[in-house]
Amino acid sequence: MERKSVKRLLTVLVTLVLVTSLVMGCSSGTAPEQGQEKKKIGLVISTLNNPFFVTLRDGAQQKADELGYELVVLDSQNDSSKEYSNVQDILQQGISLLLINPVDSDAVANAVKLANDAKIPVITLDRGANGGEVVTHIASDNVAGGKMAGEYVVQQLNGKGKVVQLEGIPGASSARDRGKGFLEAIEGTEIELVASQPADFDRTKGMTVMQNILQAQPEIDAVFAQNDEMALGAIQAIESAGRQGIMVVGFDAIDDALQAIKDGKMAATVAQQPDRIGSLGVEYADKVLKGEDVPTYVPVDLKLITKDNVDTMD
Amino acid sequence: MEQSKKRDWSAFLRGMQSVIGLLGLCVVLSLLSPRFLKWGNILNVLTQTSLNAVMAIGMTFVILTGGIDLSVGSVLAFSGMVTAGMIRAGFNVWIAVLAGLAIGTALGFVNGLSVTKGNVPPFIATLAMMTMARGATLVYSNGQPKSNLGKAFGFLGQGRILSIPVPVIILFLIFIISYYILGQTSTGRYIYATGSNEKAAKLSGIKTDNIKLLVYAISGFTAALTGMVVTSMLDSASPNAGTGAELDAIAAVVLGGTSLSGGQGSVVGTIIGALIIGVLNNGLNLLNVSSYYQQLIKGVVILVAVLIDRRKR
Repeated sequence: MERKSVKRLLTVLVTLVLVTSLVMGCSSGTAPEQGQEKKKIGLVISTLNNPFFVTLRDGAQQKADELGYELVVLDSQNDSSKEYSNVQDILQQGISLLLINPVDSDAVANAVKLANDAKIPVITLDRGANGGEVVTHIASDNVAGGKMAGEYVVQQLNGKGKVVQLEGIPGASSARDRGKGFLEAIEGTEIELVASQPADFDRTKGMTVMQNILQAQPEIDAVFAQNDEMALGAIQAIESAGRQGIMVVGFDAIDDALQAIKDGKMAATVAQQPDRIGSLGVEYADKVLKGEDVPTYVPVDLKLITKDNVDTMD
Repeated sequence: MEQSKKRDWSAFLRGMQSVIGLLGLCVVLSLLSPRFLKWGNILNVLTQTSLNAVMAIGMTFVILTGGIDLSVGSVLAFSGMVTAGMIRAGFNVWIAVLAGLAIGTALGFVNGLSVTKGNVPPFIATLAMMTMARGATLVYSNGQPKSNLGKAFGFLGQGRILSIPVPVIILFLIFIISYYILGQTSTGRYIYATGSNEKAAKLSGIKTDNIKLLVYAISGFTAALTGMVVTSMLDSASPNAGTGAELDAIAAVVLGGTSLSGGQGSVVGTIIGALIIGVLNNGLNLLNVSSYYQQLIKGVVILVAVLIDRRKR
């Protein structure tokens, strides 16, 4: 009897040692170098299960190494309550500044307030916070991206033609901004917007909405879809209707869209630069910590991807 | 005499196994991170753990009868959303909270009805409820979060009484009540009896169907209560709140030594189990362990704990 319980106790201890060594192994990178303690910057990120945010993290890490900061990264796994505990935990670690990429702009407000209470400055990345005090917000400039797509269409059509716009979810800020930029670009040209309909950022809806538009419009030269999913749906509709000579421009540069550009089915897409968002995050963190003034919003450039530069995107 | 003394000692060790595991974990973490034992961090761990622990206590009742409740995460989201919706619509905060709790309890009761009257296996009945309650949450909220719920409601998740966070106090109350029900009342004994041998329990006159209805209702209630606290903590009800929360709750129950086949276990164990998960989450964060490794480590800990538990039976 007694031997058994001793054995069990041993098993527990062995497990603990195993876990400890695992933990030690994984966290060895955090040891301060040459006895000099680096300043810490915290990054609480919405998810690391999505390549976009992994790239954002990598961009931030690279910049942090360059500027001599230690970057502490916690993953909220797309769960706002996990995000809240992550902020609690990261504040315990003696960070000087918090970079946060919120799961949800509303639900992050109380987490931001925790940092405010601890007198730690906060910078939001990619998604904003609807509450609490934030020093600056760094995100893609969707208006500029829409404009970029619009200018490309204008240039390709030599300033004249009939275009269709597929809109994102009504009310979503990305949809509003991309549409605004696009309209700015075609304003004052001889390009006519013959139809503009919401298809909710969805591929299937992009297809059905485009089918209807194709029925109504005998002449279309170009389609701007506010994301790639809808653009790909539109391409499907155009192909099955057997229409020729319609140029499709999307947004986001998802893998399927890049492939479609390579295959010559799609003309262009606008890529966000998550690595830039991450590296600018650390760059502005550095400025804030040095007491420099920073603007309340830092727009991040987007990049137009066409057949000419699509191969550089992998 | 000597023999029985030895047996006591080994039974004691067996009971203390998860406590020893928890203490060991704390010792290791405090050696690795100087911040682990700071008062502020301890309060963080307790607050973070209380969410899962309250839900896991409800889950313990269900698992003691040999059942399982997969719907808790969705019930959490739905009741939180309904309460937030009512507050936004101008209802009195406490009426909204009571309504949220009532809805969670009712959903749990429906689980119980499916299991008893409908003879649906608990796994399936609660899986269906998990999907339905999530769907209902999305329908009701139109996929949008409901936020800005006001100071009075914020007290549940963010308030403190004598510098102790309210969620921790809620956990303490739920624990005391559950401990009393399971240990001191005939209902408690019937719950264990139903789980260890349902036929025998029935033959000896226990209304096992009523017992099951009760435990699923309790689980629905604790899930809804967690929903209130989470919503209050974030000042926002999110349509995908509590996704995957059922797994953390089940893990806490199992780590606490409650048998998934029913009849054996305790809420004390569940609290310890929830603390092990909470301490591990917090500790791995403090040590800056990559989130990919964190999931790996948590999985290993749960598996090893259950393997040890298996061996002792």
